[in-house]
Amino acid sequence: MNNYEIRLSGSGGQGLILAGIILARAAVLDKRRVTQTQSYGPESRGGSSRADVIISDQEIYFPEATNFDCLLALTQEACDKYLFDLRDTGTLIIDTTYVKNLALAAENTFELPFTDIAIEKLGSPITTNILSLAFLVKITGIVKEASLKQSIAETVKPAFVALNHQAMQLGFDLAEKYGK
Amino acid sequence: MKKTATTKSAPKPKTKASAPKQETKLEELQAIRERKTVLMQGNEAVAYGALDAGCNFFAGYPITPSTEIAEILATELPRRGGVFVQMEDEIASICAITGASLAGAKSLTATSGPGFSLMQEGIGFAKITETPCVVVNVQRVGPSTGMPTSCAQGDIQQSRWGSHGDSPAIVLYPDSVKECYELTIRAINLSEKYRTCVILLLDEVLGHMREAVRLPDMANVRVISRIKPTVPPHWYKHYDENQKYLSPLASYGEGYRFHVTGLTHDQLGFPTNKATEAADMMERLRKKITYNIRDLVQIESYKMEDAKIAIFAAGIVARAAKSAVVMARKEGIPVGLLRPLTIWPFPDDAVRKMLRDVDVVVVPELNQGQLSREIQRLVKDRSDSKLIKIQRVNGKLISPTDILRKMKEGI
Repeated sequence: MNNYEIRLSGSGGQGLILAGIILARAAVLDKRRVTQTQSYGPESRGGSSRADVIISDQEIYFPEATNFDCLLALTQEACDKYLFDLRDTGTLIIDTTYVKNLALAAENTFELPFTDIAIEKLGSPITTNILSLAFLVKITGIVKEASLKQSIAETVKPAFVALNHQAMQLGFDLAEKYGK
Repeated sequence: MKKTATTKSAPKPKTKASAPKQETKLEELQAIRERKTVLMQGNEAVAYGALDAGCNFFAGYPITPSTEIAEILATELPRRGGVFVQMEDEIASICAITGASLAGAKSLTATSGPGFSLMQEGIGFAKITETPCVVVNVQRVGPSTGMPTSCAQGDIQQSRWGSHGDSPAIVLYPDSVKECYELTIRAINLSEKYRTCVILLLDEVLGHMREAVRLPDMANVRVISRIKPTVPPHWYKHYDENQKYLSPLASYGEGYRFHVTGLTHDQLGFPTNKATEAADMMERLRKKITYNIRDLVQIESYKMEDAKIAIFAAGIVARAAKSAVVMARKEGIPVGLLRPLTIWPFPDDAVRKMLRDVDVVVVPELNQGQLSREIQRLVKDRSDSKLIKIQRVNGKLISPTDILRKMKEGI
């Protein structure tokens, strides 16, 4: 398969870089080639934040996503900034808790209030990253679901594994229900 | 493969967050030790490369974007009987690793632009005293503190000419996480072999980038250690001229007496003002590099066989260049890439050959022309070849399409 480019975007503190690491690690478990890069810095304490994951079966040269096959946008700012770099055939996933206006509707657009769902079902917005990542994985099938589960267990602190697995399952269920 | 941790859903209420984190970290470290394929950052790969090359002393002052190197070595070195010292600043750091090396340690420090500037005097001292050590510089945008988390290649010339006086330089430049590991080992090996301070340049994006890496088994890792003297102590010369410029090196505490000074010195290490001895010392420093160019220079040549256009790029920019080569080839444009893994000594011969073979050379770089000036130095041999410069210093990467567009505009 050619390069599959994913950009996870939102605001600092939403755990997008962690989500990127988890996704990349799941790809490693699938024995795929992967690169993961991120915007790093003052942005991670407030402003916009992003993590790029490129998954491929070939050698990956340029490590930043430029034409995304999938864009996850958790804030309006991120959505406005990156939407136009989404491929025509790409998948757009937005969190309608924060994204109110969509300048351009992609062919495959999925709109769900991920943050509200996380607060309602799991009691806190902190798992929004895993919830939406699991949704993304189920929709795109870019990594195996079992790999995502294992990757979460290997990456987050042991005390939070159960909570994150719960969020992951919720993400899968939502994709089952609203995907397609 | 269910982790035991997943079933332990209810942790003890008093458990501090730091304790479980350690557990995860240990599992990760275990996987790396077992040489499984793992997701790894460039900086982590540098740290594990240092450990596999036998580095047993680190002194440094943590600085973004190199901090992970110090972080990992702070955990791993004491566990393996090595020493980790957090110093008061970078001047002290370079002095500490030089001193540790004279006492027999394989030593390394890691820093970024501002720290690298401070280290220049110490780097010169390590070079004139021919003391093996390695400085890793994960470059960020400068001058001064610049943009700590943004990518730049502004220290290419500084790594060659940063310290005052004429001195040799060995500088390596990886472009992938795997190569971060390999070139760290090579940097330590070359420092031991050539008795000098070797510099490893990384780009910020590479330092923080994660890729799948499987470290080789230790049996397949080639480690070079300094040659020890075999002569009785009273015959020992710290800078023995009869040893093809690679003379044995005694350590303090082994019974050998030797003098170390930053002043120009004779074979025994004592200061001298004699013109002949000064000339001998300077020649020795120069020749040990120039006589061993073949051993030192490593380049990667990608699709250059039939290329009419060549891209010359190093580090993370070479990754964009490789993508650009693939894209251009699809359009039928005969482009190739020449990438130096050893940036100093500069691969003059390979570049001369490239300039003979192609009509156009494209030099993309994240600075204001530090690489292209070297190409320009060599382009004089062939005045009709065209040079396209792509330069960016705003902290953003040059993308493959940027290169392709500028290349098409230029030809």
